[in-house]
Amino acid sequence: MVIGDDFDHAGEASRNIKTILKQINLPNDVIRKAALISYESEINIVSYARKGIIRLTILPDHILIEAVDEGQGIPDLELAMQPGWSTASQKVREMGFGAGMGLCNIKSFSDIFHISSEVDKGTHLKASIKLKGNTDD
Amino acid sequence: MYLREIKEILDAEVIVGQDRLDVDVTCAGVADLISDVLAYVTPGCLLITGLTNPQVVRTADVLDISAIILGRGKKFSSETVRLAEELNIPVLATDYILFEIVGRLYAKGIRGCIEKVGSK
Ligand SMILES: Nc1ncnc2c1ncn2[C@@H]1O[C@H](COP(=O)(O)OP(=O)(O)OP(=O)(O)O)[C@@H](O)[C@H]1O
Ligand SMILES: [Mg+2]
Repeated sequence: MVIGDDFDHAGEASRNIKTILKQINLPNDVIRKAALISYESEINIVSYARKGIIRLTILPDHILIEAVDEGQGIPDLELAMQPGWSTASQKVREMGFGAGMGLCNIKSFSDIFHISSEVDKGTHLKASIKLKGNTDD
Repeated sequence: MYLREIKEILDAEVIVGQDRLDVDVTCAGVADLISDVLAYVTPGCLLITGLTNPQVVRTADVLDISAIILGRGKKFSSETVRLAEELNIPVLATDYILFEIVGRLYAKGIRGCIEKVGSK
């Protein structure tokens, strides 16, 4: 469970995901991508939503990371996906976030990426990483 | 190059990881914006930054960064230091500004983790 505005614990979900994926001996590259995707998602939930969860599903040929939150939602997904676009608050910026690169990073680290959002309801992000053919790039 | 040598070159103080100065690093990245770091910093790199909040340590952990170099005389909050200790990430602090840190390390052979974006 990721709670809005709780920056002290943001990052713990990614850490747990990393630990689990290491235990089942997935390639380092896959673990790194999964950690990046979940971390950016976690920070977005903490920065912009009330609360949410990060869910990891491990399948034979890919892993799926989902970030589902309840919150303000994203009015214009196309705009939000643009590199550099950010509505981060001053507080969030002081912590080093707000480059407007998070969603682009998530997209570029995933093999299949999907995001949907409803204003005043929340956002649902899905990113999957293939286990085969994912060598270091 | 060992962290021990980097400490000397940068006239740095070891904030966390006195016992980890034998870590060997060859590359580095500089950033004050975390998502910029996430986009290109590679595992094992040094992260040179002026950021002091706990999230910079989290970021280093997520990316398997080998050490954080905190520049321009900045100080980590006690909370950030605690997290770095917990996650076992070495932190060196120096009064040099980021430009000077980069120049000094480059002159000694440390290179960027990538040269240009898109050139992985
Ligand atoms: N879960 C979310 N709920 C509501 N709005 C969001 C959510 N995630 C992203 N956004 C919106 O999309 C914008 C772009 O997000 P993105 O992660 O790409 O960049 P950022 O968070 O602003 O900065 P960075 O991630 O580079 O630190 C955000 O500024 C915010 O307006
Ligand atoms: Mg973000």
